[in-house]
Amino acid sequence: MSYSIYICGVGGQGIIKTSVIIGEAAMNQGLDVVMSEIHGMSQRGGSVSTELKIGDFNSSIIPDTTADMLLSFEPIETIRGLHKVNKDSKIVYNTHPIIPSSTNEAYPSVDSITNALKENFTHVLPIDATDLALDAGNILSLNMVLLGAVTADDNFPLSKDSVIDAMKNNLHPKFHELNLKAIENGYNSIKG
Amino acid sequence: MNLKELVTGESGDKQFLLGNEAAVRGVIEAGISIAATYPGTPSSEIGNILSVLAKDANIYFEFSTNEKVAMEVAATAAASGLRSFTFMKHVGMNVAADSFMTTAYTGVNGGMVILSADDPSLFSSQNEQDTRNYARLANVPVLEPSNCQEVKDMVKYAFDLSEEFNLPVIVRTTTRVSHMRGVVEFGDVKDNSSNNDNHWMRGHFDKDPSKYVPVPAFAGKMHERLCDKISKINNETNNSKFNDSTSFANNKKYGVISSGSAFNYAFDVIKYNNLDMDILKIGFSYPFPDKKVLEFIKDLDEVFVVEEVDPVMEKEVLAIIGRENLDIVVHGKLDGTLPQCYEFNSDIVSKGFNNVLNFMNNENITFTDSLNELSDSIPSRAPVLCAGCPHRAMYYGINIAIDELGLKTSDVVFASDIGCYTLGINPPYNAADYLLSMGSSVGDGCGFSVSTDQKVASFIGDSTFFHSGISPLINAVHNKHNFVLTVLDNRITAMTGGQPNPGIPVDGMGDEAPEISIRKLALACGVDYVRVINPFNLEQVVKTYKEAFERDDTVVIISKAPCTLIKGLTKKPPVTLVESNCNHCDKCVNELACPAISKVAGKIEIDKSSCDGCGVCIQVCKYGALEVGK
Repeated sequence: MSYSIYICGVGGQGIIKTSVIIGEAAMNQGLDVVMSEIHGMSQRGGSVSTELKIGDFNSSIIPDTTADMLLSFEPIETIRGLHKVNKDSKIVYNTHPIIPSSTNEAYPSVDSITNALKENFTHVLPIDATDLALDAGNILSLNMVLLGAVTADDNFPLSKDSVIDAMKNNLHPKFHELNLKAIENGYNSIKG
Repeated sequence: MNLKELVTGESGDKQFLLGNEAAVRGVIEAGISIAATYPGTPSSEIGNILSVLAKDANIYFEFSTNEKVAMEVAATAAASGLRSFTFMKHVGMNVAADSFMTTAYTGVNGGMVILSADDPSLFSSQNEQDTRNYARLANVPVLEPSNCQEVKDMVKYAFDLSEEFNLPVIVRTTTRVSHMRGVVEFGDVKDNSSNNDNHWMRGHFDKDPSKYVPVPAFAGKMHERLCDKISKINNETNNSKFNDSTSFANNKKYGVISSGSAFNYAFDVIKYNNLDMDILKIGFSYPFPDKKVLEFIKDLDEVFVVEEVDPVMEKEVLAIIGRENLDIVVHGKLDGTLPQCYEFNSDIVSKGFNNVLNFMNNENITFTDSLNELSDSIPSRAPVLCAGCPHRAMYYGINIAIDELGLKTSDVVFASDIGCYTLGINPPYNAADYLLSMGSSVGDGCGFSVSTDQKVASFIGDSTFFHSGISPLINAVHNKHNFVLTVLDNRITAMTGGQPNPGIPVDGMGDEAPEISIRKLALACGVDYVRVINPFNLEQVVKTYKEAFERDDTVVIISKAPCTLIKGLTKKPPVTLVESNCNHCDKCVNELACPAISKVAGKIEIDKSSCDGCGVCIQVCKYGALEVGK
């Protein structure tokens, strides 16, 4: 068994925490897991990405075109992560844009992104994670919505319960109820 | 995981740890008493965690003013019989080098380990230097972990090795190892209980000038002892469990020697492509395990050496082949099989092997034109100064002052330094023209002021000023240099994640500490014109810089306002837009370039969630379209 997820987005969206929760859940299920993360500029609006590899791997970097899933917290970051995927990979992404402030370059329409992805890939799964997070009760549960969406993939090797246990071990109890709702929202948006 | 589990965790426990967290568990298992650092990414988290755990773990921990001081704190602790740990980013070794070199001569009693984190691909550094060269320069052993478990195990082992041979030991990580996560199984913790009223153990320094004072009469003997130790440690590296081969080959024609992260890529590429090669991992790489390597290569025709940054092991392998008069081809960085610069990954290593072995079938994935066009046109997302950052306000103001003085941008050289404020390099500020190292802005100011007739503005952060800005400032005053030094005092070491520094009344363990005044330091260095300004007061900023640029001596302006990321600051309400007043001059967007202000569909928008209410934009707008929020 092996399963690789490339997770990308913008600093402050909870990408690293989401990745750690998946990694810890994998460990708790007795699986080997390695992860790579890039720090440093995350608080200053830069792109952030992590790479998670569950299975018998030494390297924590996903070779190009081999990710089973691309999980993107932001539309254009999805495009930036495409070198990791192939035609059979699952592409799950949040459709809510974060416009970069450091540039005057035009931001493409989200529809044009979705259409271009659908032309090229079999499993394109856009979700309005921002909306689902607000529905759960707080925009900050965005990462939990996307975490729920990951667990809905049939090939994802971890159980939703073990992911929820790892979430509880990593986040403050006062947010558990909110996060559970967000995870369910994300899960149902893919399954439903 | 709760960080406390790094202290309370028991042998056999498993945790999913960051490499830097694994290093902390390693020093806790090793029972250290003293730890000191200057923060530097990719090693920063080690200090952040130790500052929280020090008291629970019976460790004295400090953020030293610079890496050389940290090295000296660790060296003297080890000379006093305690186990000590210092850690830094790779360029920190340059600062620490003077004392580090001599520590190899004097040796240690308690174990002393130096963790130096290299940054191939320069994620957050000014160069790609390779710490393994320092091991050779000083004649000090080096270990190279390739994963989180090894970080923990090698750090712990390094203390035993250091104590056995009375020598400091280097553990060299890279960004991908420090910032990798993996499953780590804990081991036993060595007792380091305090023997006194402090929370950490005290040692005793037994005087012996022939051992600790490298005057010429003694230093020569010290060098002899060092060479003797290293030749003995060579037996250790030749028999070390950290230098171990894995067999994949049927034919002994090709082989791979590798270390660190590069080993992970090489191993996976061999395994998942069924390549007919064995691989030797070198985890304990100096003194180079020559006998083990000879045994591995002697029957091969060709060998790949896969390592990140410099071709250090490759040259060692070539030396063995030369000495033994063998006929083996070496592939690596020197023959162009693998790239000289940037970090590796599996794709790069595959390509390198493929240059010789031709095993890849080059199937490219092609995309439709619409996706290709989209890929080429998506906006970049470069890091920027935060909304509400005091540095932006100061840079905006200094550019106005230069303009009002009738100077051209080319008339003023901006000597920058290491910190968030280096982001001033970006337009519209364009406020970084020259940069060498921590503290260099001040020495560079001295040089430019005698070498050109241009005005010079040097920028340095508070922490960087304490690190290495003071002695060049004394130089500036004494040698009558003419430049404007701005100390951007944002009350924290921001770029590395918010560590305290001597300008703040808190030390590395969270206790109260004397606050050192930058203003008084500047005055004591002999500077006549020292001004403390509030960067958010634009009028004051412009007036002060205009005055400063017209002087002909060394000037210090302290731009003092807290970093917006400091926790617990009272937030001001976001700025309000009065749309009817907006004249669409776009000054707030194009010249101030605050990330909280953008222009969407021809209209100015304020992002209320990121606006910090600093109010600089209100002063920038001449039409009253921006108002203090309520």
